[in-house]
Amino acid sequence: MGYVAVKGGTEAIENACRLFAFEHMKGDSAPLKIQQIHEQLFLLVDRVMGEGALYAPDLAALAIKQAAGDTLEAAFLLRAYRTTMPRIGYTIPCTTEKMRIIRRISAAFKDIPGGQILGPTSDYTLRLLDFDLIDESVQESAAFKRALTGTLSQDATLPDTFPKIIDILRQEGLLVETKKTPIPHEEKSSSIVDITREALTFPAHRSASLQSLARGETGGLLLLAYSSMRGYGNVHPTIGELRVGYLPVMIRHPYKGEAHLVGEVKVTEAEVIARYDDAGGKPRFTLGYGLCFGQNEIKAISMAILDRAMQAAEPQSPCEDQEFVLSHIDGIESMGFCNHWKLPHYVDFQSDLDRLRKAQTIHETQKLDTPKTPSE
Amino acid sequence: MKLKNWILQRHHQNDDQLLYTFGYIDEMAKKEIRRKILKAVAIPGYQVPFGSRELPIARGWGTGGLQVTLSMILPEDVLKIIDQGCDGSVNAANIRKFIQAVTSVDTTTDTNEATIIQTRHRIPEEPMGSGQILVLQVPYPEALREVEPSEAATRRMHAEGDYGRMWLYLYEDIVRYGEITISYRYPVVVNGKYIMDPSPIPRWDVPKLNMAEMLCIFGAGREKRIYAIPPYTKVEPLEFEDHPFRVEDFTGRNCERCGAKDTYLDEIIDDETGNRRYFCSDTGYCDKRCQA
Amino acid sequence: MKPFLQVRGLSKRFGKGCETCNHADLSEIENNLCPSCSTVTACLNVSFDLHPDEVLGIVGESGSGKSTLVKLLHFEYEASAGTFFLNGNHFAGERQNLLTLSSFQKRQFRSRHMGIVYQNPHAGLRMNISSGGNIAEKLLAAGWRNVSQIRSRAAGLLDQTEIPIGRMDEPPRNFSGGMQQRVQIAKALSNNPQILLLDEVTTGLDLSVQAKVLDLIRRLQHELHLSMIVVSHDLGVIRLLCQRTMVMRYGRVVESGLTDQVMEDPQHPYTQLLVSSQL
Repeated sequence: MGYVAVKGGTEAIENACRLFAFEHMKGDSAPLKIQQIHEQLFLLVDRVMGEGALYAPDLAALAIKQAAGDTLEAAFLLRAYRTTMPRIGYTIPCTTEKMRIIRRISAAFKDIPGGQILGPTSDYTLRLLDFDLIDESVQESAAFKRALTGTLSQDATLPDTFPKIIDILRQEGLLVETKKTPIPHEEKSSSIVDITREALTFPAHRSASLQSLARGETGGLLLLAYSSMRGYGNVHPTIGELRVGYLPVMIRHPYKGEAHLVGEVKVTEAEVIARYDDAGGKPRFTLGYGLCFGQNEIKAISMAILDRAMQAAEPQSPCEDQEFVLSHIDGIESMGFCNHWKLPHYVDFQSDLDRLRKAQTIHETQKLDTPKTPSE
Repeated sequence: MKLKNWILQRHHQNDDQLLYTFGYIDEMAKKEIRRKILKAVAIPGYQVPFGSRELPIARGWGTGGLQVTLSMILPEDVLKIIDQGCDGSVNAANIRKFIQAVTSVDTTTDTNEATIIQTRHRIPEEPMGSGQILVLQVPYPEALREVEPSEAATRRMHAEGDYGRMWLYLYEDIVRYGEITISYRYPVVVNGKYIMDPSPIPRWDVPKLNMAEMLCIFGAGREKRIYAIPPYTKVEPLEFEDHPFRVEDFTGRNCERCGAKDTYLDEIIDDETGNRRYFCSDTGYCDKRCQA
Repeated sequence: MKPFLQVRGLSKRFGKGCETCNHADLSEIENNLCPSCSTVTACLNVSFDLHPDEVLGIVGESGSGKSTLVKLLHFEYEASAGTFFLNGNHFAGERQNLLTLSSFQKRQFRSRHMGIVYQNPHAGLRMNISSGGNIAEKLLAAGWRNVSQIRSRAAGLLDQTEIPIGRMDEPPRNFSGGMQQRVQIAKALSNNPQILLLDEVTTGLDLSVQAKVLDLIRRLQHELHLSMIVVSHDLGVIRLLCQRTMVMRYGRVVESGLTDQVMEDPQHPYTQLLVSSQL
């Protein structure tokens, strides 16, 4: 067989894409509906929205379907879509006191003003496979929903807001004060960096750090936070408060300047109380903060632990090294680079072969030339 | 055709909605990237940080080169895309497909016809001229990464010209192996000042950067850095007086297809006989020679 | 002969500083920690001269500030106050307070004109680089670009410091403590520095090894007419190497003069205590 210059690259790629699409169709099951993914795999959708850095549950569901469940690919699809979206403006900053809570707990105190609201969580389920789910029917679901809502008291009043545990601690002088550090080298006086508009440089402003963490890959964040918990770090965290709920999205009218509510986003917020220090006088507890899209408690807690760990004056372990953490937590960057090794590298390798062959020649020549000198 | 006319024409076509801006990237992003390119050209070899946008192609697969190309490209440009020197290689084919879809520019495999050449890991064999731009895809923009993992530290080293450790690395190589073993990504000094990573081109291609007529722009999307070598800039590989820079050795070999003895060759393992066969890496050039 | 190195009013504080520690009365000092603001005054108002071909000793116990002083001279710490002049320095062409140079300039100056040997060889050497490479680093930074010439110079220095040349390509982590110190010395001398700083270089070595290293230093100083600053808590080392000595306590110089005089006839009570405590 004579050598044929490889020219069929385009065709090969197209066929590969078609084969990939074929993979999820080859069975007999009915095609998944976006609504099914959005409603029933909601935690997966939440995770993908967080890592894709775009709050759009239906698009996330579509991405999950298109990527056949690969969360890194799905998040990538969202990010790429996000790039095409025009930037209309920024929301009005708000605090999470305004959150419409569905879950709110504190590990620091047994009871808290407003109460420990467990909300929807799998934390206390027994991890036994539920085989009844195999034949789940619409009728059974409907009956379950009726039974649940039927037991609720219509008169029960819910507080509009719940006080922040952190604020209570702050009032008592037990927690560090919030401080705004100015961004160095900024011409206009803005108080936050926008990492989608400028590259990270180190040391990074805390706003840049939190933004990077917020769109970080859940597994990577968990790995680094876990290393801190286990001993490669000394944060000694206690969850001051964990909240899951809906934050209002408010923007200013472009001409009239009035604030308008345009929707709400589900977020998870973790505030971690960490070991105290006395930098600047009186010793106080320090704080780690984490916030991400959707219900993703592992991510929010890991974020908070890493946020605190990276504030260490002298990094002793990888999770305390801000440059190490922020350079490696973006899932889109890491998966892209990992995958890129599959691209042809034969020219590079040819160069390596040349070097090795030469080095081997030199080695052989040296062996012949010089007799072994006795070591001293 | 001017860009204005191109956009007007598209607006008039009812059946073909303009779902994206020309070149995919929004105009504000292009503006920033162009400014960063200008800064890079003004400071040869210096890595300019930029707000790298996400693209439908994965990080690590050429998003830096793409952002540079898409920020500069106009409807009248003629584009050539190569990967490992080959127009048909998978990465090249993919990128060409994308750029054509978002710009409709003409493409070519002829180095001399192209106004913009985007490349991964090779510089074309035929010398490029003034008026042409070479865009190189860069995985590792930092030449000093081999001796220092921290970005904060390497930025300081560049600022202060503190390159002792890089030279030490080369010295140790010579002590251990009798010569410098770096194969691709061979570090160079640009304009007598910055040490730069020329991207994973083989040593064969490094001399082409010195006093070149064309403009070379390097894009690292994942690492978010752009750097450039303006035309007629000195680019010198790091070497010692008694251990000079050496390119890959192809003596005794030539391309089986076109007979060339002076091109970078791909080594193919012939599955029938187990022997090695050699072909030009630059397939466009090889084709030309065959047709001549 | 005029001094070629002059230091005046060199001070270093770790901490914010306050009224109390800024105006501390020197005669009543009991430690270098400020009672009101917890600032540590590591060095206060240190002044001295160094002449060509002279060896100055700095002696004191832990916390005396002697190592801080060396780190200040080597630009490893930013001084809080003071001036540092080196005559004949080729850097700026005119007399310049070296402490006010930019970090870039300081690095360049240090690389070209200073050599330092630390107590801990890990501080002064790259353990995963060959010993020849360690010596070569300064030459490479100064622009040497010929491997044979570099190796020649490195071999010469290894010879001078009594290290077998055959071990030039081995990393110093394989060497004994005494040999590692000698590699440090070779490295420090590689660029023909104007001034050599030695910070507790024999502390922790076996006595016989210590003697050999000290002998070597003495010989090199004599042969090469080195100007040196020797820091040690060991009076014997100071006596052996230094013509003049400064005694430091809590960051202040309490006594200085000819080594013989300071050792035989100490004036300050603390110096008297030190000298009488010698075994």
